[in-house]
Amino acid sequence: MTMPATLKRVLPQLIALLVILALNTAIAPGFLDIAYANGRLYGSLIDILNRGAPVALLAIGMTLVIATRGIDLSVGAVMAICGAVAAALITSDHSLPATILMTLGVGILCGLWNGALVAFLGIQPIIATLILMVAGRGIAQLITEGVILTFNVPGLIFVGSGSVFGLPFPVILWVVLGIAATLIFRTTALGLLVEAIGINRRASALAGIGTSALLLAVYAASGLCAAVAGIVAAADIRGADANNAGLWLELDAILAVVVGGNSLMGGRFSIAGSLIGAMIIQSVNTGILLAGFPPEFNLVIKAAIIVVILVVQSPASHTLFAFVKNRPGRTIGAPTPAAKTKEEAAR
Amino acid sequence: MTSSRLFPLATTFVIFLIAYGLCIAEFPNMLSTRVVGNLLTDNAFLGIAAVGMTFVILSGGIDLSIGSVIAFTGVFLAVAMGDWGLPPVLALVIVLVLTTAFGAVMGAMIHYLAMPPFIVTLAGMFFARGMAFLLSIESVPIRVELYDTLQGLYFRMPGGGRLSFVGLSMLAVVLLGILIAHFTSFGRNVYAIGGNRQSAELMGVPIARTTILIYALSSFLAGLAGIAFSLYTSAGYSLAAVGVELDAIAAVVIGGTLLTGGSGYVAGTLLGILIMGLIQTYIVFDGTLSSWWTKIVIGLLLFSFIALQRGLVWLSARRRGAAMPA
Repeated sequence: MTMPATLKRVLPQLIALLVILALNTAIAPGFLDIAYANGRLYGSLIDILNRGAPVALLAIGMTLVIATRGIDLSVGAVMAICGAVAAALITSDHSLPATILMTLGVGILCGLWNGALVAFLGIQPIIATLILMVAGRGIAQLITEGVILTFNVPGLIFVGSGSVFGLPFPVILWVVLGIAATLIFRTTALGLLVEAIGINRRASALAGIGTSALLLAVYAASGLCAAVAGIVAAADIRGADANNAGLWLELDAILAVVVGGNSLMGGRFSIAGSLIGAMIIQSVNTGILLAGFPPEFNLVIKAAIIVVILVVQSPASHTLFAFVKNRPGRTIGAPTPAAKTKEEAAR
Repeated sequence: MTSSRLFPLATTFVIFLIAYGLCIAEFPNMLSTRVVGNLLTDNAFLGIAAVGMTFVILSGGIDLSIGSVIAFTGVFLAVAMGDWGLPPVLALVIVLVLTTAFGAVMGAMIHYLAMPPFIVTLAGMFFARGMAFLLSIESVPIRVELYDTLQGLYFRMPGGGRLSFVGLSMLAVVLLGILIAHFTSFGRNVYAIGGNRQSAELMGVPIARTTILIYALSSFLAGLAGIAFSLYTSAGYSLAAVGVELDAIAAVVIGGTLLTGGSGYVAGTLLGILIMGLIQTYIVFDGTLSSWWTKIVIGLLLFSFIALQRGLVWLSARRRGAAMPA
């Protein structure tokens, strides 16, 4: 993929992000200020990058899963499990590398479980990942034995609040992971194969694509991203909270992917788009706080965003746009028959 | 065909009996009408909401908004009766109209925008919860005579158990649900859409109207569940009933309804609710187990039932394949 094509793909998202940032600047004049102190950068923009890190991390894996026409509801619960595992290991005197490696391993295992249900048992992804979503917090509670496991190990805390080159470490993490995932899937044929599964899994299998292995890998990647996000979230508060870590973040991650211009019907994906989507969500959150609205407005605005995107994405409105474009004389045709054909085509 | 459809329901029933039997063997006190009465009362709101979810899942959809709708209903009632001084009956009617309209809008979006129910009801979930937050972020007590009267209503069973008003309401809703599912054209249309949407459309099933009605019914029942919940807690709180949609989905699946739609029974959902309630009751009786075991056991049950369903689908596909010479 050439650079201009990628840019063109995420242009609407970039414009949306800039508009929101401009609005934020209009609300709070000091919004764009960035200060350098104590070896790191400070400012609202940096804060957005940093606060949006868990959702951005989850969105990377979620993008791949959604590209295969799946969905991963369990990422929030996997975050809780992995945070609990990391805290439990580090407090029982395991070394930092061992802790992180084992935690990432647990995340991958969770992903493999989801992937196996989808790939081998043929269960719908929503339901397959629902199992871990329900049971996951219980498992996390078992690991922490019902308390908030706190730790005070500088190395692990660094993951959540340290800084490298003046940027908070979580920001570095999601940027690097995003670039790595893009490189892995876009410089090789993997991305194309993932998209093929999303368009038609059966046809892909018949064409010789190892769909089961690829599905496993994609869900494992989502589990890995959730593990990283779980470590970041736990390190941020220096403790593992099995009840609240990653709560509702699966929905934010899905929203980020959808805002990033990816279709829930699968078949095409843009990791860059999803990451910008995550930043859009975080900018909206920050903007609501800056504007002095109560944070309760957040949910209503998110709902409004989803509705707007749904209307724009829906086959019915596509037909309508095409209709208005081609025949300026007439206004509303019959969008339903064409919409149905499109829907059938997507199946 | 009928036997394979009844099989998941029969399995659930047998599992419930065995589980109850095991519980009684360990704690003989569990065999009392008091426990049964509490089981019904404690799970009444979940049961009412799960009946709506059953219709949604039977049609091949999903409704993630019901927990938020329950919370919204509670907060709305508390604020309307307390701060605005509306007469209780009027507040109840308004909230049911609001929730039903809310569901109808979601159904219309799902049908006319041709979007997955999952994402539309996700927006609905955010919206309803946000509206509840906007009304009040505090837990607002409900102090009206009507509530005292309704809470005082109960039917004393032999053995001292109390069949409360909310418990009875749940049973009534389940009964009505069974009637709607099996004895109305709407019910048949729901099964038809869940079985095969295209065939249903070709046969002349009114897809648009049925889809809108399904989600309207689900939200109406969620509103009713919200009323039951506010009767149960005597308060409205915008953070209440978080994750109830997942419990409801779990109950429907454990009750033997196929997640792909088209096959299942409302009665199974009641069994699913009772099994989940039984797990909680057992944990309370045991006293040493922590409550998060509930989640894990429900997760395990969910998994076993989904695996069972897949097995059945696979078997029937194989049988059909064998019956048809290639």
